[in-house]
Amino acid sequence: MEEKMNPYPISSIQILSILFSLFLLGLIIALIRKKKIREEYAILWIVIFLVFLILSVFRGLIDRISTFLGIQYQPASLFLILFGCLFLLTFHFSIVISDMKKKINSLAMTMTLLEGKLSEEKKEAP
Amino acid sequence: MKILVLIAAFNEEDTIEGVIQQTRLHLPSADILVVNDGSTDRTKNILTRQESISILNHPFNMGIGGAVWTGFNFFVRNDYDCLVRIDGDGQHPPSQAKNLIEPLLNQDADLVIGSRFIEREGYLSSLPRRGGIKLLNILTGFFLKNEVTDNTSGFRAYSRRAVSLLAKDYPFDYPEPIEVYLLSKKGFKIKEISAIMNERKGGISSINLMHSYYYLIKVLLTIFANFFAWRKK
Repeated sequence: MEEKMNPYPISSIQILSILFSLFLLGLIIALIRKKKIREEYAILWIVIFLVFLILSVFRGLIDRISTFLGIQYQPASLFLILFGCLFLLTFHFSIVISDMKKKINSLAMTMTLLEGKLSEEKKEAP
Repeated sequence: MKILVLIAAFNEEDTIEGVIQQTRLHLPSADILVVNDGSTDRTKNILTRQESISILNHPFNMGIGGAVWTGFNFFVRNDYDCLVRIDGDGQHPPSQAKNLIEPLLNQDADLVIGSRFIEREGYLSSLPRRGGIKLLNILTGFFLKNEVTDNTSGFRAYSRRAVSLLAKDYPFDYPEPIEVYLLSKKGFKIKEISAIMNERKGGISSINLMHSYYYLIKVLLTIFANFFAWRKK
């Protein structure tokens, strides 16, 4: 009798990646609680870590994605997903930075005008 | 008619005093505002010694666009009628500022640009830069349908209407060509007159050669992006 084989036997790398994903998720939540990271930025990270977690728990998923995309070498699809996530994150940061730069400039301009007005008033006062 | 002369200065210790004196001489009725854009040399000290000018000091260097933007907002808050921009490096001759204001007084235009390339006299900028300016003119002419010959000239006069519009949301990094675009989009009248400029007497240009091509690319990007936005309407 042939023994029924589990196509995805639990390996140490799988356990490691599950634990690591859980750790990262826990870290993000702890950071939110301590207010070290704002929720709006945390959301993207949480989504990404959840994707990691799902991929490490259901190993067959990568195979299916690879077949669907027509990728022969499964780890390549993993890298693709990873790159996609990182891409989104950095893009998001560029938008945030641009917005911040605009606000900083606006603040500096307002401050400059107020400071000018203040020193003018000081000059006029006896 | 309340006229404000806006002088942007970034490390112009050699020239700023002369520019202010010349401006006083040629536009005695105008108020002078100097925006010191985070200079690290003696510019700030020199400015404090000057009498009857307004000085605004940026907390850090924000670039020429930032200095102009601050000046525009000062203009709006203090209710002026017309603004003339003169650079602190001595390239723009205050003696010709009157010519810039004239079309504004006659309500002939909302923006008057002093162009180096109408009569091609005086200092016309270095050759590689002229190439960049030429390319910019061709492209902006094509995409934005304007016939300005000197899109990068900062020697300009603005009506109150024009300043009020630009003071709200100013194109920081590359103000001059985009100003033309924004104003012509809103149907403001733009006029060019001939101006003869000097080679800068001191300091270093805010835009060196490497930067000027970086600047060019940024401007082109904005023009492209806006071109599509414009077509939709």
